[in-house]
Amino acid sequence: MKKKKAGKKPEKVKIKKIKVKKPPQPEWKTKPIGGMIFEAGNSLKYLTGTWKTARPITNYDKCIHCLKCVVYCPENCIKAKNDKKDHTEYQYCKGCGICAQVCPVKCIKMEDEDKFQE
Amino acid sequence: MVKTLALTGSEASAEAWRQINPDVAPVYPITPTTEIISKFSQYHADGKVDTEMMLVECEHSAMSAAVGAAASSARTVTATDSQGLAYMWEVIPIASGLRLPIVMQIANRALSSPGNIHCDHGDSMACRDTSWIQIFSETAQEVYEHTLLATKLAEHKDVQLPAMVMQDGFITSGNLEKVKVYNDTDVRQFIGSYNPTYSMLDLQKPHSFGALNLHDSYFESKRQQEEAMRNAKKLYLQIGKDLSKITGNKYDYFEKYRLDDAQYVIICLNATGGTTKEVIDRLRAKKKKVGLLRIKLFRPFPYDEIANALKKARAIAVLDRSESYGAYPPVFGEINNALNLLKKKPKVQSYIFGIGGRYIFEKDIENVYSELMRNKFRKEPQYIGVR
Repeated sequence: MKKKKAGKKPEKVKIKKIKVKKPPQPEWKTKPIGGMIFEAGNSLKYLTGTWKTARPITNYDKCIHCLKCVVYCPENCIKAKNDKKDHTEYQYCKGCGICAQVCPVKCIKMEDEDKFQE
Repeated sequence: MVKTLALTGSEASAEAWRQINPDVAPVYPITPTTEIISKFSQYHADGKVDTEMMLVECEHSAMSAAVGAAASSARTVTATDSQGLAYMWEVIPIASGLRLPIVMQIANRALSSPGNIHCDHGDSMACRDTSWIQIFSETAQEVYEHTLLATKLAEHKDVQLPAMVMQDGFITSGNLEKVKVYNDTDVRQFIGSYNPTYSMLDLQKPHSFGALNLHDSYFESKRQQEEAMRNAKKLYLQIGKDLSKITGNKYDYFEKYRLDDAQYVIICLNATGGTTKEVIDRLRAKKKKVGLLRIKLFRPFPYDEIANALKKARAIAVLDRSESYGAYPPVFGEINNALNLLKKKPKVQSYIFGIGGRYIFEKDIENVYSELMRNKFRKEPQYIGVR
């Protein structure tokens, strides 16, 4: 019995620990009044990825590169290269889990974010 | 050349607007503020101002249009009260949060329901925590001068906050009074031009207004608003001094009427100050040491100055023309806070009067003084004129 169970090993996920660096925020004395913004595209500096409690991990061996996750991602943080799924930009991923939900081959697993934090 | 005219409080507001000649006036008339707008529309029709008058479809749109205009570096005014102000409320904190110096005239009127068009201060008190400068005025003359002062104060680069100028609906706004209107050129020179730090139409330096500021950055913007309010308190006196060079009148945080040696003091806002002064003169003739402190600048609130002015008083009555249901009324709460700064705190009693325009008579105010002299203090606020 034990042997059978050992034969069906759960997929191993490589967990790489990363440090999340938040950009420094100005103090009230130096902040522009009225919460005004002067530069275009500064939302790139706003790392919404720090919010997430679950992280989508893609098993690229199973991935069929249908790019459904790329289209469905509300943060536009799953990137494709040469018509193939390339990587997920975790600094913007809020961990909503839509990619895992829409994946037809279920190759995306939502892993607990705690595991990745130092 | 100073002209002396017979004007209502509303007309005095419109006269100030005529002299200021604002760039944009998005308005939606409501009783009793309608008269301000109709009088100003006449000036507009007669070509005495080159203001862009926007007749919008509701007060929410009026304040929204005012925000847009002010953000595009236009000097903007509007006027409303009661339900109109309540309908504007969603945009009221946006105007202050975006630091737009819109100046709004309010002829205070009771809030529905039951429906009522007469004066109480419930409408502007509901906006007291929205980071708008609030100036209360007793007479049509004060309404006119406070409008000029508010415009200059709101637009100061260290303030950049919107301001409300209050007058009592109908009591001040509808009654004819003698008003001194100062020289157009002097007033315009005092007001100057509006040069905002940021303009939405500045194409050389484009920037976003009203961006999302979440938990990690919103707090700092709010702290800045508090600092701007503190600056406004200091600058109110400074700008007041500049204005007195034209008018010869004083612009203190509050009016002191026979207060210096007074033992029994009434504190109130707006037109009730006039009635109280009549009573004071009569009681003073009988050698009663009575006085009045009438607050003009309600936001930012001058705690230290009021505490200092009241340190010799024996007993104080605070007359509120609005309620804070389930709590002590607004002016009483502030006065109580101010008095806590004193080592020896005088006794203080809260009164509520005039809700929904209920009359207050000289005999009522005499009765308040008499209760103070008889040392009659109660924990609960007392009602004047309720059946």
